[in-house]
Amino acid sequence: MKIPFRVLLTTVAAAAALAACSGKKAVKPPPPPPEATTTTTTSTNTGRYTVESLDKDPCLRQRVIYFDLDKTEIHSEFQAQIACHAEYLRQFPGAKVTLEGNADERGTRDYNQGLGERRGNAVSSALSAAGASTSQLNVVSYGEERPVCREHSEDCWQKNRRVEIVYTSKQ
Amino acid sequence: MYQRFLTWLAALVFACCATPLFAQGGGGLTLDIVNGNASAIPIAVVPFQWQGGGAPPETTVSDIISNDLNRCGQFRALPKTDIVESPARGSEIKFPTWRLLKQDYIVVGRVIDGGAGDVKVEFELFTVGDQKNLASLAISGQRSDMRGIAHQVADVIYEKITSVRGAFWTRIAYVTARGIGNNASYALMIADSDGYGPQTVVSSRQPLLSPAWSPDGRKLAYESFERGSSAIYIQDIATGAREVVSARKGINGAPAFSPDGSRLALSLSNGVNPDIYVMDLGSRALTQLTRNYAIDTEPVWSPDGSSIYFTSDRGGKPQIYQVSAGGGGESRVTFAGDQNAKSSVSFDGKKIAVSQGNKNMYHIAVLDRASGSNTVISPGNFDESPSFAPNASMLLYAATEGSRDVLYAVSADGRVRQRLVLADGDVRSPAWGPYRQRGQ
Repeated sequence: MKIPFRVLLTTVAAAAALAACSGKKAVKPPPPPPEATTTTTTSTNTGRYTVESLDKDPCLRQRVIYFDLDKTEIHSEFQAQIACHAEYLRQFPGAKVTLEGNADERGTRDYNQGLGERRGNAVSSALSAAGASTSQLNVVSYGEERPVCREHSEDCWQKNRRVEIVYTSKQ
Repeated sequence: MYQRFLTWLAALVFACCATPLFAQGGGGLTLDIVNGNASAIPIAVVPFQWQGGGAPPETTVSDIISNDLNRCGQFRALPKTDIVESPARGSEIKFPTWRLLKQDYIVVGRVIDGGAGDVKVEFELFTVGDQKNLASLAISGQRSDMRGIAHQVADVIYEKITSVRGAFWTRIAYVTARGIGNNASYALMIADSDGYGPQTVVSSRQPLLSPAWSPDGRKLAYESFERGSSAIYIQDIATGAREVVSARKGINGAPAFSPDGSRLALSLSNGVNPDIYVMDLGSRALTQLTRNYAIDTEPVWSPDGSSIYFTSDRGGKPQIYQVSAGGGGESRVTFAGDQNAKSSVSFDGKKIAVSQGNKNMYHIAVLDRASGSNTVISPGNFDESPSFAPNASMLLYAATEGSRDVLYAVSADGRVRQRLVLADGDVRSPAWGPYRQRGQ
């Protein structure tokens, strides 16, 4: 199935917008991919990627998605990042990523592992809705065990509530 | 007599100076009594007399006993500086002296060199008021295990006075973490209940968490990421032999041995969302107990093995629920505070300790199942992971101070707390082990 990249981007934008609106319910399975719409948006990349693009393309170099406290919804500001990684994965069916889910220190360790997995699954669903194959996507949740910042402040907690996109195979 | 007292004093001074050295050099835990309990039972533990050739052991038995009794919150051991006489046996006790010092109980004893590295500790416990002998016992062991012998003496004293089995001669497990990112390292450790004698069970560059004791105290189950994703291991502490019992897709976490040791409760997500399962350790067959879109984790067995407590956010925020060990009959247990997670159940099933969250502050609270009362027993802002001692006289929990994770031991009433600080790095995920058997 061939989907124009422009439509794909729009799909992701719509998915992210829907997800952001549904942010009030704390417990919810990841939202299903919505139907494609025909609104036009400008794409920053309409050409084909190469393996080198992973190191050079400004969008593909972004590999971290941040979350709100106790939330798993993906903010619209990360839609471009989701879209370009999904497009790369679509162009390179042999490429694989591990989505590392993380939580801040608040709450218990085992619970936070569940929360990290929810976030990883949310990114996995978004990538898959945007064109990546599920066989290219692996989720590992580290919960609060792998912080990037150790202060007990909201600034620091924000940095820790994240999903990191890690390429385990580039093509 | 006076000269003997001086010898003891020298030994005590040596012990006092040696303790911090041990704690730093050995990478162990240091101990501070944070606050005290003025209404606790006054008891004098007179320094035990050394009977043997050569220097007395470096470990001062009476100090360890006094520390144990102080830590549990129910006793107030007479400070060494107030111990004005040093009887070594019951017949030498001048009771009026101890009545004047307002002591309810007195302990005297001897440490006898048995040769070839063996020692025997003989001790007697008396009431000061009516001079009644409550115990005259001897405990033998290796000179290298003087701390273990002292904890066993403290257990006898505790049981004779309170009629509840003592739990000082037990071990604790915990996880240490150092560094961040690619420099991170983790270790699963065990130590005596007072934090002494730390030993590494397993170390890894990847996260380790959720240690759980087998009921015989010989094995630990834990979650490790050393294969690159989550898996549950069971490891024999003495031999180091271990096996992976669960490495499914997604989360394999929060293991808990059933009271008879034949089954393991765990939380498995299968890549979707965590639910509670029970694994038969003989056949490895899994029974799924919960089934919904929430995070269900942190299973804990009721003491009779008939039901399992667990954390679930099915109602929005994490709360403790209970399910039959065969599945079915799920009901909510906690209602106080905004959220409750990571429970620990007392040996008699009467109390449940939780990490209780209120406006993003987390304290340890103890829920009394009969009265429904909810008592907050810790003052920190990020306190979690309570673990009852096997006799429920005390709990361990994890706290955050500055940028460090530390452990506290707290009396069940919350009145006496003691910090167990690792010299370098973070300490977390405490699990209080079962009663020990001799020879283990």
